[in-house]
Amino acid sequence: MKLLRSFKVMLGAQPEKPTEYTPEALAMMEARRQVKGPEKARQIKEAHAEKHSHKWRNIRWATLIMVNMIFVLSFRFDVQLVEGSLTASRVIGFHFADLNSAIQVMLAYKVILINLVIGTGTVLFMWWLLGGRTFCSWTCPYHLLAEIAEKIHLALAKRKMVVDYPLHRGSRTVLYVVFALLAVASGYTVFESISPTGIVSRALIYGPGLAMVWVLGLLAYEIIFIRRMWCRYICPIGLTYGFVGAVSPLRVTYNMENCLNEGDCRKVCLVPHVLDCTKKTYAEDVNVAIGADCTRCGLCIDACPTGSLKFEVKGLNKLL
Amino acid sequence: MTDEVGTPKAAPPVPHANNKTRRMVMRSIAMGGAVVGASLFGFFPVLRKWTPRLRPPGAIDEADFLAACIKCGQCVQVCPVRAIELGDLDEGFGVGVPYVPAREQACDFSCDAVQCVLACPTGALSHKISKKEEVRMGLARLDRPNACLARKGEGYKGAARPAPFKGVHRYPEIDRWKPVKLAEYKYDLELCDLCVRECPVPNAISLEPMSKDPGDKRKTPVVHQACVGCGMCEMICPTEPASIVIDIRRKWGDA
Ligand code: SF4
Ligand code: SF4
Ligand code: SF4
Ligand code: SF4
Repeated sequence: MKLLRSFKVMLGAQPEKPTEYTPEALAMMEARRQVKGPEKARQIKEAHAEKHSHKWRNIRWATLIMVNMIFVLSFRFDVQLVEGSLTASRVIGFHFADLNSAIQVMLAYKVILINLVIGTGTVLFMWWLLGGRTFCSWTCPYHLLAEIAEKIHLALAKRKMVVDYPLHRGSRTVLYVVFALLAVASGYTVFESISPTGIVSRALIYGPGLAMVWVLGLLAYEIIFIRRMWCRYICPIGLTYGFVGAVSPLRVTYNMENCLNEGDCRKVCLVPHVLDCTKKTYAEDVNVAIGADCTRCGLCIDACPTGSLKFEVKGLNKLL
Repeated sequence: MTDEVGTPKAAPPVPHANNKTRRMVMRSIAMGGAVVGASLFGFFPVLRKWTPRLRPPGAIDEADFLAACIKCGQCVQVCPVRAIELGDLDEGFGVGVPYVPAREQACDFSCDAVQCVLACPTGALSHKISKKEEVRMGLARLDRPNACLARKGEGYKGAARPAPFKGVHRYPEIDRWKPVKLAEYKYDLELCDLCVRECPVPNAISLEPMSKDPGDKRKTPVVHQACVGCGMCEMICPTEPASIVIDIRRKWGDA
């Protein structure tokens, strides 16, 4: 049931307030209700003054840049450890293929390609292990550019120079289906011609071309009009990986105990709807696993002053 | 964005929240339309054949090729002479799809097998091909017979393509493995026969006398059925532009 709900929210539904709570959750909410007014304000302030971490963001940026640089450098210096780009590659002889690109190719070409099946198998397993949309925030080179564009957007928005015009989150689902149908009907990998993930990856490795104009245009549009437009409302790659990592050992979890509900985590998150449980009375249990759309970026973990959000490996804390 | 403040006064009062959602949905539809529209733009270059490209060895039919290629560039990476490049946005669905710019850098099969074919993970470069003789990229054609040096009975001295030309070719007699810059390799020929001399495929092209007269030095390049269209003759031809060119994807017997 939980999984279904998490899928529904990922596909565009509004998160709902739970109708039932576990007794533990109720007890804790009651206990927390005692801390009120000025006392709470003081607590929040104190917590914020103390914590300004960029730990996970720095680790993640380093990883993302490193992964992409491995591709770039092994071509530049002809190391032949890694060949190809993010859409498909061979790492020390093993095939890797991006799931979404592989699906697009098979829909358009209408042939099951053995090497692609092998390649996606490895990739599927890896991203399932890491869970969620880890690919997005830890590997996708467009993500990094869009993250910077988002920062610029937010800075400009603060000065009232730009306004965010949010879209319906269901658009990504609709576009996913449209691009799949287009591939089948036209026999071309239509989406690949505008995918900034592929374009940026190839531009890094093989040198930029005209196609980067499209990417820069997208980024400019995101800065001026729609906060994080591509990743939030369009990209089918994100949705594909959302399904892959829906149930995985690694995840971000929320613990209600010290949470002050001030919502800093939701302000930094690319997919704030998955953090709905951090709103007051939205968590049905004391511990809640964050849903399928989460990119495992760790920004919320960095932002949370009380340590209510954490990376967790399922079952590991029981073992320890 | 069509998100203006205030609706016309005449419009019936709509609850604020609804209005906001409606505008959001309209915006989403506009965005979706724009993105799909942009992606469909890829059809134009393909249908109009704006940018015909010489595809790498083993490439399957053009339409299938555009679909099957996952745009990874693994073929680019294995080629020892870097003969393969990836297409750009103006090629529509051909963006990220490999081609061989023969005049700048031809495929000379100096990789020994067809490495690019072996590298391709999707069979866009068909694995049915394992020898250079089986490749069919196109056919060479003497495009400007009047410019051809052999037909004029002229020899050739110096680099076939002088600097700043960057193209390379592997001369087994110099180094089995390392390709040499054409600009650094000097020829001294009685009669120009570069296209025949450097063609990597046996019996693909030959020089035939132009007349029965034994004193007549003039000869003409003749392309035979064995030609695979690798582009080596087009790259090496010292006339500017090349006298001999590759007809992309043309097969023997085609008009
Ligand atoms: S949503 Fe798409 S573009 Fe954004 S990070 Fe994920 S894969 Fe990259
Ligand atoms: S929930 Fe946290 S880890 Fe997941 S995407 Fe949002 S900020 Fe990143
Ligand atoms: S056959 Fe060899 S030389 Fe020719 S393009 Fe392929 S890898 Fe390069
Ligand atoms: S290796 Fe194959 S799939 Fe990759 S770019 Fe070359 S032709 Fe396309």
